[in-house]
Amino acid sequence: MTQGTRIDHSVILDLIPQGAKVLDLGCGDGSLLAKLVHQKGTTGRGIEISEDGVRACIAKGLTVLQGDIDEGLRDYPDRSFDYVILNQTIQVAKKPDVVLSEMLRVGKKGVVGIPNFAYWRMRLYLLVYGRMPKTEFLPYDWYDTPNIHFCSILDFEAYCAKKAYTIEKKIFLSTDRGGRVLQGVRPNLFSESAVFLLSQRQT
Amino acid sequence: MPHRKEPGSIGLVKRKFFTFCEPPHEMALEGGGRLGPITLAYETYGRLNKDRSNALLILHALSGDSHAAGKYSPDDPKPGWWDNMIGPGKGFDTEKYFVICSNVVGGCQGSTGPASLNPATGKEYGLSFPIITITDMVRSQAHLIDHLGIERLFAVVGGSMGGMQALQWAVSYPDRVVASIPIATTAKHSPQQIAFNQVGRAAIMADPHFNDGDYYGKEIPKDGLALARMVGHITYLSDDSMSEKFGRRLRGKKTFGYSFNLDFEVESYLRYKGDAFVNRFDANSYLYITKAIDYYDLTLPSGSLVKALEKVKSKFLVISFKSDWLYPPYQSKEIVKALMVNGVDVTYCEIDSRYGHDAFLLDEGEMSKILRNFLENVASRNGIAGPAVGT
Repeated sequence: MTQGTRIDHSVILDLIPQGAKVLDLGCGDGSLLAKLVHQKGTTGRGIEISEDGVRACIAKGLTVLQGDIDEGLRDYPDRSFDYVILNQTIQVAKKPDVVLSEMLRVGKKGVVGIPNFAYWRMRLYLLVYGRMPKTEFLPYDWYDTPNIHFCSILDFEAYCAKKAYTIEKKIFLSTDRGGRVLQGVRPNLFSESAVFLLSQRQT
Repeated sequence: MPHRKEPGSIGLVKRKFFTFCEPPHEMALEGGGRLGPITLAYETYGRLNKDRSNALLILHALSGDSHAAGKYSPDDPKPGWWDNMIGPGKGFDTEKYFVICSNVVGGCQGSTGPASLNPATGKEYGLSFPIITITDMVRSQAHLIDHLGIERLFAVVGGSMGGMQALQWAVSYPDRVVASIPIATTAKHSPQQIAFNQVGRAAIMADPHFNDGDYYGKEIPKDGLALARMVGHITYLSDDSMSEKFGRRLRGKKTFGYSFNLDFEVESYLRYKGDAFVNRFDANSYLYITKAIDYYDLTLPSGSLVKALEKVKSKFLVISFKSDWLYPPYQSKEIVKALMVNGVDVTYCEIDSRYGHDAFLLDEGEMSKILRNFLENVASRNGIAGPAVGT
């Protein structure tokens, strides 16, 4: 991911209302969570698997649990957060389907940021070189990548439809030229990533 | 970030004493016994701020004492047991916090315990000393905190048995603790943990000099106590740390002795640890304190840890160590889960150390930095200032 402004962070900050109760799954070094706490006055909690990430979060004064998001949500009561965020993390989850349904159980709404595997550069890379795409954003080789569950924007939307998750908002992002929100056509081809605001109808 | 001085030593320190529950008062103990008067040995480092809000209570483990940092005299061979964590610029920064550490009731390093004289008989208590619990330890510390004029502790911190006390403080005195930091501990002693403690107690009681605990002024049950310590020590290390520290190296010889004398370094190390322990620890205290640890079960009486932690108001930092097989991370995670369900602001860090349970005494995974960062943030959020600069 390109460092600096992090277009995905500003998009997510815009989605979260002031003072909300937020859980950030796979919060890394806590940079998004810190912005949410300081700029949006949210009550923020993070779950992060790496000790380095946890230490960085503690240094930022954040509340963080070291743990695995694949098993970490079980103990949270239903709807205990206003928003649960899963940004650029779904592809490393062992069971993305379980994580998604759990996040929409413990959160009233979910914010999911995904890398789009159908981005034109990826398609071109595979077409031209015949090898697994590598980008600045996804720099790993097939054998050492932590990313085990890729999908495209269309895949994700289809999955939400299948599970009857409501997509309240979707924002398509390009990280070309410092990162910007795409308004145009064919997002599945032209966006490198996307952010979805999801909710689940209460039964 | 402001420039930080190199972490330093607190320098020379002094042990102090505080006595309470003097006649006609007595403390009613959880196990039904009564005790009084009670003396606690304690040490303090750093200074209280104006509103007395920067006090940090350090809680020691089974064999610890009030001497957590500094030296008693310039030629003391060793500083206090957590000297690497306590001092100017260290994890528990004595320039900012007023650090207190007391020896537990039942101990043998200056606090009232089985080796103390029973005022009723003029003789040592021995096994007539009442059974004490972790809750009793914490209640007696609350007397000391009252005496020091501190209404609310900024933080309570401890590893192992000290972690149980840190938990218990947040439960027994929810309004008196801003932050609790239980390290490498459990809310409920497990059968394996009880089993190891029982081996230690059995070793002491099987010593021919034990004499039902009445050995003061006579030959002491030193073989039993040394054996107890040896078993304990094995549980504090890890397979990795023992391999690294000793390997299969032989002690003072090049080939096997083919006898039952000590061959391996690990054997002589354990022997040394056991013998050294006998010189500073009372066997009866070992019995009483291990029993207090074994009785610890915060889930009682309801059976639910979530319920037990319902009234907690402190912020929590829970730390465990991956290679700690005596107090494995799952036990810390249970505490974290129950706190989480109660909506407590809890941070959990599992440090990737190879040194087993002992890791909490070392500065593994930059534990001091984690503690310093956590405390600084809690202090600034709660408007807790350091002591005034100067005199």
